[in-house]
Amino acid sequence: MSGKITVTMTVNGRKFSDDCEPRKTLADFLRKDLGFTGVHLGCEHGVCGACTIMIDGSTARSCCMLAVQADGAEITTVEGLAADGTLSPLQEAFWNHHGLQCGFCTPGMLAAAAELLAQNPDPTPEEVREGIAGNLCRCTGYQFIVDSILDAARQLRG
Amino acid sequence: MKAAAFDYIRASSADEAVQALAAHEDAKILAGGQSLVPLLNMRLARPSALVDINRIHDLAYIRRSNGHLAIGALTRHRTAETSALVRQDAPLLETALRHVGHVTIRNRGTIGGSAAHADPAAELPATLLALDAQLVARGPGRERVIPAAEFFRGYLQTALEPDEMVTEIRIPVLPAGTQCAVAELTRRSGDFALVAIFTALILEPGGQCRDARIAVAGAGEVPVRATAAEAILAGSTLDGDAIAEAAMAVARAVDPPSDIHAPAEYRREMASVLTRRAIGSALSTQQVSDGHSDGGAR
Repeated sequence: MSGKITVTMTVNGRKFSDDCEPRKTLADFLRKDLGFTGVHLGCEHGVCGACTIMIDGSTARSCCMLAVQADGAEITTVEGLAADGTLSPLQEAFWNHHGLQCGFCTPGMLAAAAELLAQNPDPTPEEVREGIAGNLCRCTGYQFIVDSILDAARQLRG
Repeated sequence: MKAAAFDYIRASSADEAVQALAAHEDAKILAGGQSLVPLLNMRLARPSALVDINRIHDLAYIRRSNGHLAIGALTRHRTAETSALVRQDAPLLETALRHVGHVTIRNRGTIGGSAAHADPAAELPATLLALDAQLVARGPGRERVIPAAEFFRGYLQTALEPDEMVTEIRIPVLPAGTQCAVAELTRRSGDFALVAIFTALILEPGGQCRDARIAVAGAGEVPVRATAAEAILAGSTLDGDAIAEAAMAVARAVDPPSDIHAPAEYRREMASVLTRRAIGSALSTQQVSDGHSDGGAR
């Protein structure tokens, strides 16, 4: 079928259902159909990492998935990181260390960093750089982003 | 950057998937989508139909069977990379997978998808070639086993028929004492290799080389197995002369392209340099693992 298909997914804890064409990427579906404009589209072919989200507990590039593939999935976008308006420790660290300049890469950086810290709570600066190597910051503000993630790791370890 | 329209079929079994391939001219399997979806977005690929195999959960497994490691086609790179079985039985695969893109890509990308995509600069095809892997291809009502050496036919081309899909990859278990290494030259972290060397050295207890495997990615239309270089190393003590001679043999075995990223001469020279580095790195991990007896081969 190339006609529209009904897709149901949970985004940031809320259930959404909508019809979409099979060719629509998950990124476009989240951003345009559901209104999660924190999903940023940079290159749209899996190079820049700006559209990185969490799906069923792992990061994925939402431009390299079809919305129909995410039927039944649990998704977290950048909008879901702050609980009740309170920034997560990782977001707080980005704020404190000027980890965002123009902010375009930030949602993807936060998703990649959150996954890195979940799997490696005490990363070296080298491991942090490796962890965000798939996310491009065209302001080239990498140093502050690395500082932010290292500080968030310290805060999260307590 | 929007894909052209296509029919979408969500298969619930491998048989259903290959039936759908047979029923649609120019249909493609959608596995992890990390190569295919970018091609769709850029309209470099315009299949009439996509057969989504992501819900065929019994195609995702890693198990030991009859002296080989059997990996289901839908197994994600990240799952294989972090698998204790892969580390133990096919350490070269574990090391190679760490060079594939980034974690986010490896979360989605699949072993079968990388094999079927057959990018000659990618890590997985060269690794399968180095390890004498076999690929199980399923078509409607039939199944066959294709050796990696016969599977990769050209740039993004394989021995698969249009109605066949890869369902399993079989990797012969490497003997204990096998030292593996990958040496790769890329312009950017996580990018495709300009040249990459994949080596497994099977050593006698005394340190002599019993058998050597060397495969090269980024060296032509298909990944290349450097058999002449392997023959030089086999039976040697892996001294400096043998390694230098093998490195030159690797350069002679490859016919790399010239393109915007690097001229052919440079790639050929780097194939030689990286061979020396890969062998050196494989041997140095041996000393480390001997010292700590942890058997690690990275």
